[in-house]
Amino acid sequence: MSELTTTSTPAGTGPADGAGSSAAVSARGVTKTFKTRQGVVEALSNVDLEVAAGEFVALLGPSGCGKSTLMRVVADLERPTSGSVEVFGKSPARARRDQDYGIAFQQAGLLPWRTVARNVALPLELHGLSRPERKERVEYLLDLVGLSDFAGHHPDQLSGGMQQRVAIARALAEQPRLLLMDEPFGALDEMTRERMQAELARLSVETGAAVVFVTHSIPEGVFLADRVVVMSPRPGRIVGEVVTGIARDVPRDDALRQDPAFFARVTEVREVLHGSPVSSDGRELR
Amino acid sequence: MNRSGLTLVGRVAAPLVVGALVLAVWQFLVSVVGVSPYLLPGPAEIGEEWSENSTVIREAFAITGTNAAIGLLAGTIVGVLLAAVASWLGWAEGMVGPIVAGLAVVPIVALAPVLNSMYGADSQYGRRVVAAIAAFVPVYVNSARGLHQTTQLHRDLLHATAANGWQRFRVLTLPSATPFVLTGIRVASSLAVISALVAEYFGGPRGGLGSFISTSAATSAYARAWAYVGAAIVLGLVAYVVTVLVERLVQHRLPTGAAT
Repeated sequence: MSELTTTSTPAGTGPADGAGSSAAVSARGVTKTFKTRQGVVEALSNVDLEVAAGEFVALLGPSGCGKSTLMRVVADLERPTSGSVEVFGKSPARARRDQDYGIAFQQAGLLPWRTVARNVALPLELHGLSRPERKERVEYLLDLVGLSDFAGHHPDQLSGGMQQRVAIARALAEQPRLLLMDEPFGALDEMTRERMQAELARLSVETGAAVVFVTHSIPEGVFLADRVVVMSPRPGRIVGEVVTGIARDVPRDDALRQDPAFFARVTEVREVLHGSPVSSDGRELR
Repeated sequence: MNRSGLTLVGRVAAPLVVGALVLAVWQFLVSVVGVSPYLLPGPAEIGEEWSENSTVIREAFAITGTNAAIGLLAGTIVGVLLAAVASWLGWAEGMVGPIVAGLAVVPIVALAPVLNSMYGADSQYGRRVVAAIAAFVPVYVNSARGLHQTTQLHRDLLHATAANGWQRFRVLTLPSATPFVLTGIRVASSLAVISALVAEYFGGPRGGLGSFISTSAATSAYARAWAYVGAAIVLGLVAYVVTVLVERLVQHRLPTGAAT
């Protein structure tokens, strides 16, 4: 771990590596305003974000910094007020129709009247996969998240962590190249959360999918991601990012949690978040 | 084990004991205290009338029961379909609402004679329509509410999963509404029976429980009238129990707990 390099880049740095249409997500100048009774709220202000194929990016920041909104714009659940977003070179709406991404929310959002297997099968069913193909795929997915023994259970018979695993299996159903996750472990207890993080890290390696992971936990972001993008509220914008330098194939286990390099990155993200020493762009962060 | 056994015995025995006690007090009031028979005939007398007229009661039970069942079925189908269309179109909901509210308070005494003259004096259709209208109202009101029970999370999920309108309705909206629809049907079952009965008071062919209650009472055969009332109560209970069982069955297949 000693070869980890610290890379702290200023806010809004566009990717210079010409990722082009091969990028999983490419957002440019995205602004999103909501009209509320108190007036117009700028949830996102001129945000640029590039996520390479297979890259794990954590969007981190306090409540109201627009990290969920940004993810929802990528998912075509919200339309940007201005700016452009491309997902694998297509419009978000097209990417959604083509099921290029899978999505998981803070709440598992399982349909309570469907069994675990039928919840996972839902996207496949909606897209007309034949019954035997569905069965095979669901068996594989449940095995992937370690819930094969619970295929016939209903969601209310499962713990919160197990429900979230079902939701992740469902998000992976269509073999997406991009996984969008909005604080998926936010409602779980600490122990379950750590186990789920390790599982997600394994899944992201196994599937090779890019991940956009929204979180407000600094250690969680550093533990999981290749790159932590730090956001700040009022208006929601990107204030900096930290490349963790922890390779994909480094096992996400307790040893990593205790690694000094891991702590160093956590500190670094915290400094970017609070706008003190580390920021190298000389910009006023507050 | 012992405990649950006791509870089971208690559950069956308690209502039986209460029922027997009520009958005993009732008989005591009639034979010893001397309550006048046109106010309340004794249970023994009513039981006698019941066994003497058992064939007629059974036929009347079947006629009224059929009318109520057909009315309930028709009212349910129309209620669910209309609620589905109204929630689908959105703007239609505000248009249908006042009409349903109006239908809910149309008195049977006004409706039944009109329908009887519409369908002819020897037709059961007037009564079935009355029962259907009575059943339609709670089914529609509950279904309309049930069809609004989807959560933002589930709607987002289906949108993200690229489900089309019909898929969203089939996979999410309809199952979310099912418990509400069933509650509507349970309420409607009693209403359909009462309406089918009462509609028989206002003309149309004879032979149902309602017409026998009114003719027996008119000819001062109070005990016989009460025997028919007893049959009407049984009919209402049967309708209620059947719908509760259907509800249980569906709830078992479509559990709705812990929707996160």
